[in-house]
Amino acid sequence: MGGVLPLRFLTCGSVDDGKSTLIGRLLSETGQVFDDHLKALTIDSRRYGTNGAVVDYSLLLDGLETEREQRITIDVAWRHFSTPRRAFLVADTPGHEQYTRNMATGASGCDVAVILVDAEKGVLPQTRRHTTICALMGIRKIVLAVNKIDLVVFGQDGFERIVREYHAFAGGFSDLDVTCIPLSALYGDNIATRSPRMAWFAGPTLLDYLESVEVQVDLAVRPFRFPVQWVNRPNGSFRGISGTIMSGTIAVGDEVRIALSGQTTRVKQIVGPDGGVASAAAGEAATLVLAADLEVGRGNLVTAVREPATVADQFAAHVIWFSHDPLLPERAYLMRIGTKWVSATITTVKHKLSTATREQLAARTLHVNDIGFCTLATSAPVAFDAYSGNRDTGSFILVDRVTHETLAAGMIAYALRRATNVHFEPLAIDKSARAATKAQTPRVLWFTGLSGAGKSTIARALEASLHRLGRHTMMLDGDNIRLGLNKDLGFTDVDRVENIRRVGEVAKLMTDAGLIVICAFISPFRAERQMVRRLFAPGEFVEIFVDTPLEECVRRDPKGLYGKAAAGLIPNFTGLGSPYERPEAPDLTVTTVGCPLDSIVTAILTACSCT
Amino acid sequence: MKPRLRQLEAESIAIMREVVAEFSRPVMLHSIGKDSSVMLHLALKAFRPGKPPFPLLHVDTLWKFREMIAFRDATARRLALELITYVNPDGAERGIDPIRSGSSLHTQIMKTEALKQALDTYGFNAAFGGARRDEEKSRAKERILSFRSSGHVWDPRDQRPELWRLFNTRIRPGESVRAFPLSNWTELDVWEYILTQNIPVVPLYLAKPRPVVRRAGTWILVDDERLPIEPGEVPTNRTVRFRTLGCYPLTGAIESEADSVAAIVDELRQSKTSERQGRLIDTDESASMEKKKREGYF
Repeated sequence: MGGVLPLRFLTCGSVDDGKSTLIGRLLSETGQVFDDHLKALTIDSRRYGTNGAVVDYSLLLDGLETEREQRITIDVAWRHFSTPRRAFLVADTPGHEQYTRNMATGASGCDVAVILVDAEKGVLPQTRRHTTICALMGIRKIVLAVNKIDLVVFGQDGFERIVREYHAFAGGFSDLDVTCIPLSALYGDNIATRSPRMAWFAGPTLLDYLESVEVQVDLAVRPFRFPVQWVNRPNGSFRGISGTIMSGTIAVGDEVRIALSGQTTRVKQIVGPDGGVASAAAGEAATLVLAADLEVGRGNLVTAVREPATVADQFAAHVIWFSHDPLLPERAYLMRIGTKWVSATITTVKHKLSTATREQLAARTLHVNDIGFCTLATSAPVAFDAYSGNRDTGSFILVDRVTHETLAAGMIAYALRRATNVHFEPLAIDKSARAATKAQTPRVLWFTGLSGAGKSTIARALEASLHRLGRHTMMLDGDNIRLGLNKDLGFTDVDRVENIRRVGEVAKLMTDAGLIVICAFISPFRAERQMVRRLFAPGEFVEIFVDTPLEECVRRDPKGLYGKAAAGLIPNFTGLGSPYERPEAPDLTVTTVGCPLDSIVTAILTACSCT
Repeated sequence: MKPRLRQLEAESIAIMREVVAEFSRPVMLHSIGKDSSVMLHLALKAFRPGKPPFPLLHVDTLWKFREMIAFRDATARRLALELITYVNPDGAERGIDPIRSGSSLHTQIMKTEALKQALDTYGFNAAFGGARRDEEKSRAKERILSFRSSGHVWDPRDQRPELWRLFNTRIRPGESVRAFPLSNWTELDVWEYILTQNIPVVPLYLAKPRPVVRRAGTWILVDDERLPIEPGEVPTNRTVRFRTLGCYPLTGAIESEADSVAAIVDELRQSKTSERQGRLIDTDESASMEKKKREGYF
C-alpha cells in the first residue's frame, strides 16, 4: 500500500487524557523515533517528565518551551509516521478549552479523529465538545480511545459504562461511525499489540484500526471546482489561470462556467507541473487557458457547466468563534472564502449549539469557543457549495479588519437568497416570451398576516377572479406546501426561514413560466419577506399585508389553532409564542374587518394592474 | 511519480502561488541545500510557462562549503534567475566566525541578524523557506504561513490558525510572513523526489573520500585553510557525506557509502538517527531551535 496517500487523523479530548503520550507511543512502537531523539527524550523525561522513571512520550510532541514547562499541549503538532501498511500524518491537538481553535484547525484537515477519554474520569464536557466539532467539520470516523485503562485494572465494566455514555451522546449525530478501544498509552496496551491483560476485548488495536479504516472520498467524481489563485501572464501571448482542482476533473475542450459572471467557455489548454496535459483531476495543480478572453481573476471560481456552484450574497452557516472579543452582529469583518476576500457581516445568530447536549440555545452573539448557526451577508456575491458537498468550497474564515486576528471559521449550510446578478443557464425561450403567449405580466402576489387574518380566503377569491379574466395563475398556500414540498420542516425560526426560502424559489420558477403566482403565507419575519422580494425584478413582487387585529383572528380562529396554542399545545405559534413582524412598507394593506370580500378583491386587482 | 509525492508537489505549488498572489514583495530563501533545491524546482513548475516572479536570496555567512557556493552560482546561471547574496557587513567587518566567536554568536549575527537585515533592506514581506515539520519538534508546530510581527519576531502563542486551505494573509506594514511550502514533506520524501525528478544537488550530499577531522563525535570537513587543526587532530581521508548542509565547521558528516541519490534513499530507509543530528547548533540546549526562531531565525 506504499502508493496511497497518508491517512490524516487527529487526536483530541480533554486535557491530561494522554493525547501526546498516545502519539509518542505510536511513533515509538512503529519505529519512528530516531536514536538521537530517544536519547534527548530520556534526558527530557528526567527534567520535565510526569511519570517518574517511565519515558514520557508526550515530550516527543510538546516541542514548545512553554508546553514543556506547563506540561500541556498548546499548539497543533503535525507528525508523520508509517507502517508497512500505511503512512500517517497525525495532528496532536490541545485539550484545553482555551485552545479550541487549534483543535478545530487540526480537525479541518483530517478524515479520522481519535478522541481520548480517561478511563477514570469518563466522558467529560470537552469529549462532547470535540465530538461536536469533529462531526460539524465533516469527520465521520471516530475512535473513542478509553485511555489509562490500567488505572481501572483493565476492567470491562468501566469501559462499557463509558462506551454507553459516549454512544448516548454521539448517537445524536446521524452518520458518525464510532469504534471504541480500551488502551493504555503509557504501557502500550492495545496500541500496536493486543493486550494480554484485556482478553475480554474483541475489537481491533488502535494501529489495526488506523491501518485498515476506509476514508477515501473520491473527489474526482464530484463536480468540477477550480478556485482561481493567480493569473499567469508571463508574456503577451500566454494568459492562464492557476489554481488547484478542488474536485472533479477537467480536460482540454471541456466547457466551463465562470461562477461570478455566469459566462461559459471552453478549456483550450491545460498546463500541469510538467507542462501541457490533456486532462487533470482533483488535488492537482493546474493552469487553465480559456478559449474566450473573459474577465476571470483571483477570487473567482471555475466550475462545471452542468453542475454550477451557488452564487449568493447571503447564506446560513455554522460558525465556530475563536476570538476573545465576542461576535458583533452587523459588524463588517473580512471573509476569506476560496481565494476571495470580501467584506461580510453576521446578520443573525439563529441559535447557539450546546456542545454538552446538542440542544439549540437562543443566542444573540457568540463568545470564544461557541458554535452557532448564523446567517451571513457579503458585500459582493460569492461562489460556494454547501460544506457537506465540498469542504474546500464550502468553508470560510472571518478576520478582524484592524488587528487581522482570525476570529472564526465557518461551514456553509445553504444560500438564503439568490444574488441578483446570478447568471442562470441562458435559455432561448425566456420569461418574457412565455408571458407574451399568455398575454400577461408575471407577478407574485404575496399575502402576509396572522393566522386567521383572511389570507387564504382572499387569495382564493382573487384567483377565481383572475381565472375569469383569462389569466394564467397558480396559488401557493402555506398549509398545502407544508403537506408536500416542505413536510420535512417544523416551526422553529430556522425552519420558518427555510420554508419561505423554498416557497420563494418555487414562486420564482413559476413567474419564469409566465404565471401570476398567488402566495398565502404567514411569513412572520421581515428579513425573509425581504429575501423573497430580492428574488424578483422591481415591481414583480407585490407584498400585500392582510392587517387583521390579533383579537379578531383569535375570535375567528377558523382552524381552532389559537385555542390549542392558548392551551399550550402549539409552541412557537405566531402572534402568541412566536413574533409576527408587521411589514414596514407593504405594497398594499388590506383590512378585513367590516369589508366585503369582493371589494377587497377588486381593490387588489386594480392596485396590482393585473387586469 | 508516487501519488504521495504528486500530492505534496501540488500542495507546495499551491502555497507558492498563494504567497505570490497575496504579498507584494515575495522572495525565496535559498540555502543551497537539498530542500532549497527541491523548493526551487517546485517554483519552476508552479509558474510555468513563466519564471518564478521573485528573486532568490542567499544569506552568506562566509563559512559555507566552497562546493555550495560554486553550486549556487551555477544554479542561478543555469536557470537565469535573479540571485541576491547578502552578507551582514557589520559582522563581516568584526570578523565574526563560527570557531573563535562561537557557533551561537556566529549564527545570531551572520544568519539571524543578516536575514533580518536583508529582508528589511529589500522590503520583502514574504519569504519562502524550505523548513519541514519533520525536522524538529518546534518546527512540527509551525504554520505553513508563519506570521512575524514587525522586527521579525515569532511568537509561538500568537500564530494564526490554518483551517482547510484558507490562509489569513493580511498583514500591516512592517509585518511579514515566512512561508514553508515543504511543511508536510519528510526527509525521505525530499530524496525520493530528487531521485524521480533528477534534481541537481550539491555533491557534498554524495559519499566520497574527503579530508576530515573527528570533533564532538562527528566528522568535520577540512574545507579550507581557515579551519584550525587542534593539537592531536590529524586530517584523514574518509568516505563521508552530509545529510544536512550549513556552515562547514558546524556541520558534521556521516560515514556512508551512498554515492548516488538512489543509494541515499536506501540508506535513509534504514536510518536510525535524525537528519539534524549533524547540526552542532541545534544541541546547544533542548529548546534551542525555538529560541533561534523567536529571534528571527528560519
